Amino acid sequence: MSLTAHDVQKIAHLARLGINAEDIDAYANSLSGILDLVAEMNTLDTEQTSPMAHPLNQVQRLRADVITEVNQREHFQALAPQIEAGLYLVPKVIE
Amino acid sequence: MQDPTGQGQEHPEGHKYPEGHKWETVIGLEIHTQLATQSKIFSGAATAYGSEPNTQACAVDLGLPGVLPVLNEGAVRMAITFGCAIDAEIAPYSVFARKNYFYPDSPKGYQISQMELPIVGVGHMDIEVDGITKRIGITRAHLEEDAGKSLHEDFHGLTGIDLNRSGTPLLEIVSEPDMRSAKEAVAYMRKIHELVRYLAISDGNMQEGSFRCDANVSVRPKGQQAFGTRTEIKNINSFKFVEKAINYEVERHIDVLENGGRIIQETRLYDSVKDETRAMRSKEEANDYRYFPDPDLLPVIIDQQLLSDIRNNLPELPAAKKQRFKTDYQLDEDSATTLTSSRELADFYEAVVKRSGCDAKLCSNWVTGDLLASLNRENLDINAAPITHERFADLLARIHDNTISGKIAKQVFDEMWRSDASADQIIAAKGLQQITDSGEIESIIDKIIADNLDQVEQYRSGKDKVFSFFVGQVMKQSQGKANPAEVNKLLKAKLSN
Amino acid sequence: MYKKTIAELAKGLRSGAFSSQELTQTYLNRIRQHQSLNCFITVTEEQAMAAAITADKRLATGDAALLTGIPLAQKDIFCTQGVKTSCGSKMLDNFIAPYNATVIEKFNAAGAVMLGKLNMDEFAMGSSNETSFYGPVQNPWDTTCVPGGSSGGSAAAMAAHLAAGVTGTDTGGSIRQPAALCGITGLKPTYGRVSRYGMIAYASSLDQGGPMTRSSEDAAIILQTMAGFDPKDSTSSEQAVPDYSVGLNNSLQGLKIGLPKEFFTADLNSDMAATIETAINEYKKLGAEVVEITMPHLKMAIPAYYIIAPAECSANLSRYDGVRFGYRCKDPVDLTDLYTRSRGEAFGAEVKRRILIGTYALSAGYYDAYYLKAQKIRRLITDDFTKAFTEVDVIMGPVTPSTAFAIGEKSNDPIQMYLSDIYTIAINLAGVPAMSIPAGFVNNKPVGLQIIGNYFSEARLLNVAHRYQQVTDWHQRTPKGFE
Repeated sequence: MSLTAHDVQKIAHLARLGINAEDIDAYANSLSGILDLVAEMNTLDTEQTSPMAHPLNQVQRLRADVITEVNQREHFQALAPQIEAGLYLVPKVIE
Repeated sequence: MQDPTGQGQEHPEGHKYPEGHKWETVIGLEIHTQLATQSKIFSGAATAYGSEPNTQACAVDLGLPGVLPVLNEGAVRMAITFGCAIDAEIAPYSVFARKNYFYPDSPKGYQISQMELPIVGVGHMDIEVDGITKRIGITRAHLEEDAGKSLHEDFHGLTGIDLNRSGTPLLEIVSEPDMRSAKEAVAYMRKIHELVRYLAISDGNMQEGSFRCDANVSVRPKGQQAFGTRTEIKNINSFKFVEKAINYEVERHIDVLENGGRIIQETRLYDSVKDETRAMRSKEEANDYRYFPDPDLLPVIIDQQLLSDIRNNLPELPAAKKQRFKTDYQLDEDSATTLTSSRELADFYEAVVKRSGCDAKLCSNWVTGDLLASLNRENLDINAAPITHERFADLLARIHDNTISGKIAKQVFDEMWRSDASADQIIAAKGLQQITDSGEIESIIDKIIADNLDQVEQYRSGKDKVFSFFVGQVMKQSQGKANPAEVNKLLKAKLSN
Repeated sequence: MYKKTIAELAKGLRSGAFSSQELTQTYLNRIRQHQSLNCFITVTEEQAMAAAITADKRLATGDAALLTGIPLAQKDIFCTQGVKTSCGSKMLDNFIAPYNATVIEKFNAAGAVMLGKLNMDEFAMGSSNETSFYGPVQNPWDTTCVPGGSSGGSAAAMAAHLAAGVTGTDTGGSIRQPAALCGITGLKPTYGRVSRYGMIAYASSLDQGGPMTRSSEDAAIILQTMAGFDPKDSTSSEQAVPDYSVGLNNSLQGLKIGLPKEFFTADLNSDMAATIETAINEYKKLGAEVVEITMPHLKMAIPAYYIIAPAECSANLSRYDGVRFGYRCKDPVDLTDLYTRSRGEAFGAEVKRRILIGTYALSAGYYDAYYLKAQKIRRLITDDFTKAFTEVDVIMGPVTPSTAFAIGEKSNDPIQMYLSDIYTIAINLAGVPAMSIPAGFVNNKPVGLQIIGNYFSEARLLNVAHRYQQVTDWHQRTPKGFE
């Protein structure tokens, strides 16, 4: 399985990941290598096997519907790159 | 949901449909209803509406590094409650998945939702349009978290993000593409709205966005089996707009197709000011949501005990309540429909019947009449009625025991609407108590007969109509307080002498 | 005194032989003295001294827990309120955590002193500590070599006696592999044994925090504090936490050790194999019985892991978008620019590689072939372990195919780097606990022995490791220049 530079650009856009043009080929190369490594999975017949998402055979615990959190806006927004009037600011969103 | 209706087959390209060709509309709705929990679906932050921006966005809602979700039991119970009410199968095993997309109102870069194994399976809802009952299939309903809000007021050309709504529990109710007109779509949406409020699982407040829908619309030549290409109108938050948006979109589809064009499968927004839909720019590129099971959450197992507990405590549903009202209170179809249109109104009515001891029909007339008219006039909800069911029942009780007449009662009702006084206080203060003492009524009659000898003559010569003149005079003289039955009886006796 | 075990230090603190302030100062001095190892991203000198003063008061009033006043250091993946928590990334270089991880809360409640935050591979993705934004860490046994990763700073700090005990996290070997390469003791607990709340996620279904120490005895003490159910972590286990120290000296008579033949192939360097064999012989002397077992799906662990971990990480790392915290690019022209440049400029090559692979594996049309397939293989691997533990008590084998490699040797070859986790990854996929303990040297560089147990058998693992450490002294060796 080998990925082209175009594939890498497509995936990078899906992941919103900026990649320098000069690095694209190297990524295409190493990602193809990883896919080759991974392709070994296909040597195994898993038709009868059920997928496993979690190591433990546990079920989801439910939390009581009570409010436990208090307002910490100033505390949290001290970390934000850009805020105004309690809002996080981002470049204009066009719907 | 990427393709919940399964619509997507395209019209043959370049095919020109003749003008005036018969078209059939196909509509499926995805309704998003916020669940009325105290706290968020995966965190302990409050869900209350209208707080200062980002004051209800805790570490989990903000998607800070290292935080983890824990599922709210209230949200699960409410989803199951809904499922039971639409006769759906409740999944004994359901799974949360991550829906990946970048958007500033989605702080983690993914939304926790359900994909392959939703908590509520196939169910249905009956609607009535133009007197015909139709069953609308419900494909599924699943739990997910709501996104934050983008505020587009100008912050120096930037957008502000408020994440208070982020993590509010949502139930997404996905219908089959079973509706054939905007009218049916609205009827269905109203029924779901009524239901979630009946079940007390959502406040259904559409202005605040607690109840909103996406409409999948397509058209096809009448008689054709395959679906036409659909478009999805996002985020419509009123019944009126759903109808208008769908009608606009249907017209647009037909226009395009009849002119030899083709419909592009896309997401559109309804602009209520211009009454038109337009393609959404942010959704231009095809999304690839890369759903996969959320490894931070484990499978949700619904045990039989929880399920039967919820089933046994399910409130009476609208259809059953309506039937009971017709039987128990001998109400006609219209009154029963009106009174059961909301759980609160139905509860109000039943409380009034019980407390007042009056005839159930009288209560119905008063609730659907004066009370609803006044509420509508002032655009109020039954919960916001200035007269409580106790005060209202006590007013009707005074009619029942002949303290006042129905006519006087209307006067008392208006007074009660404006004040906190009880019916009895108003009756006493204004001296509105009915005159039932026949002696007192007789003396009024005697005086009127003496003053109107001409009319007495006319009556006695056979002009029966004059009788109502005398009744009117007596009521006028008694300021409406004379007991009408007593007046009738005594007048008849005196005039025939 | 920095060479003492935690149990000995606790005794010394109680007897008044030394104070926590003296002890803390000693470690802080050593950290400064050995700065060139680059073990620490942040040294919290002031907070450490303040905590030591509080600890001394607590010790004086007799209200002390076992860890009160003991100087520890934390992998920089655990959120520490008011202290930079970088996860080894430029993305979080400016991130002062606004809350404490549950594990940190537990250490604080116990009165432990935090010396600082330890270097690591960026977002725990790496096996050599070379992907850290803060530069590589040197292996104290050979400073031209890597300490392993991702908990490289943790392992090197323990080897150089820069803390009495440290934490690490292990997603595919990130505790055990550096522990082996640095000659210390590391324990990856059962998945769900230690809370993940506040532990910055790499691959949520594999990540697990654990202790890295000088000895098994110390690991028992640290794990005792770290372990336990956390209502904030849906995946944490409600199983009761046993006393990890009480059975350390239990006899190993009749212990059944399984040696998977898949571990002992040509991939394993012959000197390494000989070292492991010597260690196994030591166990035989302790009364253990050794049997060969087969775990046919072990060889599929690396392929499955390099789908599952990147898939989970591709979503876990989406929150780093330059909006609410962390790095934001200069003057973004629009939203897409904000996202792509902030992420493109602040993530390193290995993190990007894994995000890309994960994104690809989950994308439309590939999900079944990659992600679902990997999850099925995960089941088969887990079944191998379940079956093995019906026959044996513990499984033993190597931790790494070779000893520490040179800095730069594999950093341009991701595949070679991935293969250095060949013996550790399957354990994470199954979720069982495993330890790495020092078992000897090859060319003067440490070799680790891996001991793998059944779910929630940490106490047994610690016992098995401890008994070995009672009859060997590999774990007491100190690299030259760090005595």
